[in-house]
Amino acid sequence: MNRRILMASAAMALGLAFGGGAQAAGMDKVKACFVYVGPVGDGGWTYQHDQGRQALIAEFGDKVDASTFQENVPEGADAERVLTQMALGGCNIIFTTSFGYMDATNAVAAKFPNVKFEHATGYRRDSENVSTYGARFYEGRAVIGTIAGRMTKSNKIGYIGSFPIPEVIRGINSTYLHAKKVNPDVTMSVVWAYTWFDPAKEADAAKALIEQGVDVIVQHTDSTAPLAEAAKTEGVIGFGQASDMKEYKPSPRVSSIIDNWAPYYVKRVGALLDGTYAQVDSWEGIGAGEVEIGEITDAVPAEVKAEAEALRDAIGAGTYHPFTGPINKQDGSAWLADGVTAPDGDLLGMDFYVEGITGDIPK
Amino acid sequence: MDLGGINPAVLVASLMVASVPIMLAAIGELVVEKAGVLNLGVEGMMIMGAVCGFATAVETGSPFLGFIGGALGAMALSFVFAVLTQFLQANQVATGLALTLFGLGLSSLMGQGYVGIKPPLTDVVPFGPLADLPVVGRILFDHDPMVYLSIAVIAVVWAVLKFSRMGLILRAVGENHDAAHALGYKVTRIRVLAIMFGGAMAGLGGAYLSLVRVPQWTDGITAGAGWIALAIVVFASWKPWRVLIGAYLFGGISVLQLNLQAAGARIPVEYLSMSPYLITILVLVIMSSGKGRSAMNAPAALGQNFHASR
Repeated sequence: MNRRILMASAAMALGLAFGGGAQAAGMDKVKACFVYVGPVGDGGWTYQHDQGRQALIAEFGDKVDASTFQENVPEGADAERVLTQMALGGCNIIFTTSFGYMDATNAVAAKFPNVKFEHATGYRRDSENVSTYGARFYEGRAVIGTIAGRMTKSNKIGYIGSFPIPEVIRGINSTYLHAKKVNPDVTMSVVWAYTWFDPAKEADAAKALIEQGVDVIVQHTDSTAPLAEAAKTEGVIGFGQASDMKEYKPSPRVSSIIDNWAPYYVKRVGALLDGTYAQVDSWEGIGAGEVEIGEITDAVPAEVKAEAEALRDAIGAGTYHPFTGPINKQDGSAWLADGVTAPDGDLLGMDFYVEGITGDIPK
Repeated sequence: MDLGGINPAVLVASLMVASVPIMLAAIGELVVEKAGVLNLGVEGMMIMGAVCGFATAVETGSPFLGFIGGALGAMALSFVFAVLTQFLQANQVATGLALTLFGLGLSSLMGQGYVGIKPPLTDVVPFGPLADLPVVGRILFDHDPMVYLSIAVIAVVWAVLKFSRMGLILRAVGENHDAAHALGYKVTRIRVLAIMFGGAMAGLGGAYLSLVRVPQWTDGITAGAGWIALAIVVFASWKPWRVLIGAYLFGGISVLQLNLQAAGARIPVEYLSMSPYLITILVLVIMSSGKGRSAMNAPAALGQNFHASR
């Protein structure tokens, strides 16, 4: 008797494991939920994730309930509470859209094996039901860097960083390398704002950079405040970040790097609906349409625009990798030999500046 | 003097601008607390001021009307607080926190149509040749009117509290509302007016953020400035001129650390970022220890509700 129960439960557990792992049956209706780090009206990062959410509704109609989202969720213990609430509330798939939700996502995912968790820009997949996804923003930064290097008259580029994490450091390196390539005299100042979204602080950072003679500002924070600050000074340009930020066209916003999450969200929810869903570690770029370069305005000379677009197309087609050797690290030691492209592992854990950038990465 | 490539005149000028929102909100809250009311809803009132000011300025095309609109919007929200705490005797701490949450949500709703719009620019006060003076011109004569107004408000509040009968009554209400009531002062009315003054100042501060400092509307634009304003009131031990110092200190350090980074100075910015808070803690410790106790200066009836029947 005991043995039979044991066998039965073992079989059931096996069945659950397979059923849960492969979702072979598919689903009739999926409830997709979203956790946002900022407000949907930030005009940047969270706005774009919300566009992806709306794309789900447009794509699947009645088959998807994507009406549940929570804005301004702090990265930390609160996120865990929100996630638990969503999992208990019947969400089938939950997208956690900021790096700082990593611990919370994995902790809650372990408790709800039947709910799928998708963590943006993370790298930890502790249980079967956690997938991670990111976009190769550094590909877009290469294009932006090229424009920045061509456009600067003072040869000083300012970069507003959020937090010193690999994602941001990659962007700084990619921007610098490509600015340097077209303009050997270029120098770059990095200011760490220690926030993803604080318009006043971002404006102050932009102001501080402009006072130092910077005339091209690249930002890796989410609000449009640096562009608004750039608009106050003649001749200073910047780029839209995460979202197109088109209201600052044609100048100071001369181009932008746009996160387009819609293709990924549609793909994943579609997979859940038709039963082909499986754990992934997705990292797509310009080629897959996840990273887009916003319209390059007339403030940029035609030949620079053509050069930037050619670079964009080469990256998209896979014929050019933004991190192609020879590249040295900041301390002069060799990183990539001539013609070698950077392995993803190096990129994902990037914690060093490339040669030529001054300043230290805060620890 | 040269701080690693930073022009001190420019630095002082930008810290004066950076401090305006928290200074206005803090001086308003100071008056509220002097009247014995603890309104923790400064953040909510600021953001209401930011969105109302922005909307008014965009619709009318006048930044001046925008600031008035911001002050009125935040004042309306503070009136909600006044009704709840002064007439309905709700708990002030809880009501204040709720006010912040309410303000954040309502402003987000009201601001839906204003995302991505540029407001009319607020001009610098024309001082003519004075603005061209070296150093001094950049620091003193090259600002928008609100910078001067914020300092003027501090001076007026100081003078009123210290020298006028009105200030004396306000302080009496804040120190001992029962005694003030026995003397025949209208405790509730005075407190409601103080709360609304606090709301108007917070609204001006918020409108300054969305109209001058950033200048645009985005959800959550105040990003915690209201809480810093509350801390400054304590830091200032309820003295107006110390509010000015506190605001410059808090605003100045945040500007200074960004400037140091931009100039490539190799100092750890983390320490600089935390220093205002460390100083606040230090001041609190010194003030609350034995001898300094009386200098702590907190209004005795702070946070206590008043009802005439008691």
